[in-house]
Amino acid sequence: MQTTHTLLVDVQDLKVQFSLHEGTVHALQGVSFQIQQGKTLGVIGESGSGKSVTAQALLGLIPSPPGKVVGGRVLLNLPTTPTSTRVVNLTELKPNGAELRSIRGKEISMIFQEPMTSFSPVHTLGDQIMEAVRIHYPEVSKEEARQRAIEMMRRVGIPRPEERIDAYPFQFSGGMRQRAMIAMALVCNPRLVIADEPTTALDVTIEAQILDLLRDLQSEFGMSIMYISHDLTVVGSVADEVMVMYLGLVMEHAATDELFTHPLHPYTEALWRSIPTIDGDLDRLTPIRGALPSPFAVHPGCPFFSRCEKRIVGVCDTARPPMVEARPQHWVRCFLYTEQGNPPQ
Amino acid sequence: MLVFIIRRVLLLIPILLLVSFIAFFVIELPPGDWVTTYVAQLRASGVELSDAESQRLTNIYGFDQPTYVRYYKWISGIVTRGDFGWSFQWGKPAGEVIAERLPITLAISLLALLFSWLIAIPIGIYSATNQYSPIDYLATFLGFIGLATPGFLLAMILAWAANQYLGFSALGLYSTEFLDKPWSLAKAIDMLQHMVLPLLIISLASTGSTIRVLRGNLLDELKKQYVVTARAKGLSELQLLFKYPVRLALNPVFSTIGWLLPSIFAGEVLISIVLSVPSIGPLLQRATMAQDMYLTGSIVLILSTLTIVGSLISDIYLAWADPRIRYGGLSK
Repeated sequence: MQTTHTLLVDVQDLKVQFSLHEGTVHALQGVSFQIQQGKTLGVIGESGSGKSVTAQALLGLIPSPPGKVVGGRVLLNLPTTPTSTRVVNLTELKPNGAELRSIRGKEISMIFQEPMTSFSPVHTLGDQIMEAVRIHYPEVSKEEARQRAIEMMRRVGIPRPEERIDAYPFQFSGGMRQRAMIAMALVCNPRLVIADEPTTALDVTIEAQILDLLRDLQSEFGMSIMYISHDLTVVGSVADEVMVMYLGLVMEHAATDELFTHPLHPYTEALWRSIPTIDGDLDRLTPIRGALPSPFAVHPGCPFFSRCEKRIVGVCDTARPPMVEARPQHWVRCFLYTEQGNPPQ
Repeated sequence: MLVFIIRRVLLLIPILLLVSFIAFFVIELPPGDWVTTYVAQLRASGVELSDAESQRLTNIYGFDQPTYVRYYKWISGIVTRGDFGWSFQWGKPAGEVIAERLPITLAISLLALLFSWLIAIPIGIYSATNQYSPIDYLATFLGFIGLATPGFLLAMILAWAANQYLGFSALGLYSTEFLDKPWSLAKAIDMLQHMVLPLLIISLASTGSTIRVLRGNLLDELKKQYVVTARAKGLSELQLLFKYPVRLALNPVFSTIGWLLPSIFAGEVLISIVLSVPSIGPLLQRATMAQDMYLTGSIVLILSTLTIVGSLISDIYLAWADPRIRYGGLSK
């Protein structure tokens, strides 16, 4: 089957906890998803929904202590020959060990949210981009690494890269810094780029440029992208499929068009209602009622129960709703689409 | 970079002039002068001295002239002839008296600084990367002890202990049998043995503070986003630690050379008095007591100069290490 050949990342029932003084935060409570080669997965959620933790887990970057992967697997398919692949379970690798380090930056790389603080202020951008090459290709000479860095900087649209390679981060504007960050993430030609809110710190015109750039680079290099954002319109414009997260659970997962035309989960619907549209009626802009529950709270039922407008008392607050395929290739975690939510009359 | 250094060196000139001015006037502040002290001493020891005679002494030494005239004579002597004035107490030029003791003082101070870094930097890095580990707690405990223990007290205790248990007299710079001997290997070894205790004690206080400063800075740096970025690139933890956060965390440590030197000098005074090390510290103390004003002024001036030069070295280091400082002044 075509899909099995192009499967790149398979996350199965991933569970992450943070043990803090105040209690235990169940940051991920069993997250499963797949990323196909050359495709873009959009991840949407409010702060605290577990989107960034998911990204960190994929690179083994969860700060430990206090964080800990307590269950599940992150399987990465690495083609060794055109016909065979090697499957690596990232959660089993030694933290910061050699094998995990050989994957970081080379197979999976990351674009961070804050381009200012994400670079060391006292090293040149070129030095930091070249470093990624030098780590994973020790046989590459310094001069060759420099040429690759210049080439990648040119590709991401940094003018005069031969000169700018010796510039320091503070000499770059925010948009240029984020381009340099993208160059650093792509310089080793990774299979997967995780973009963790890469445009949140930028203004809207720069954001549009960066999104265009990512799309161009994807069609050129063919890498997969996991695009994390809280901005629905941004995710809608870049992603092939979208995953909606809430308090460490995937609530809904479908192709982008499907999800935007037929949102099924009450949480997704509520999110949709909170986006302004150019031709829409401003009166219809309604915030989601209530506030995000305490991260320490344990929910025996649906985590969205306290804020849900379609909740069924006695059903939704007693057991965690299962993930069901309510429409073809459209998965949703809600009792409304199960027998419990629609008892036979 | 060269422009930066030249600009900073030129800036030193007005600062040094100001320092010399202040040094001179501070010395003038206490009532009386060297002649009054001298006359009082003579009278106390029973010498009959008429008022006319004491007036004549005042005239000879120029104490009847206004302060600014004497300041001008003193400073122009230093600038034009390298003449630091006359030390009344020692009966020879102040410059000569200082020159005898400056090398040992500089050696002790700089060695103490290097020694404290040698101990403090590895401990500070270990403490920060293994926060709340038993060794971190131990380093924190010892660091605070080092900060809180008065050096002179420790000097007394250790000098006593060395004598009591090792039979070694830690006082002075040489053992008595070498005092009048010419230089030899045995004398050099003897001197080094005598240097150990003062070095250890003088460096102790700054070791404690350096550990604290480095640990705090490094803990801050380790939390920063660029550390995660570097880790996400696949850099190993040890390479990462030394290339990024340690380098940034060391900047404040090296940039404190400027104010670490005066504090070492200040700490050195008491410790040298206790251990009778013939350095500048005890000399300054005695010169001040005797109102030997040109000697005192010259010592203060030289120590201030060294401090300012220390700050200059810090600044140059920082400009070299941190591009934000190097380019900061030029881009605006």
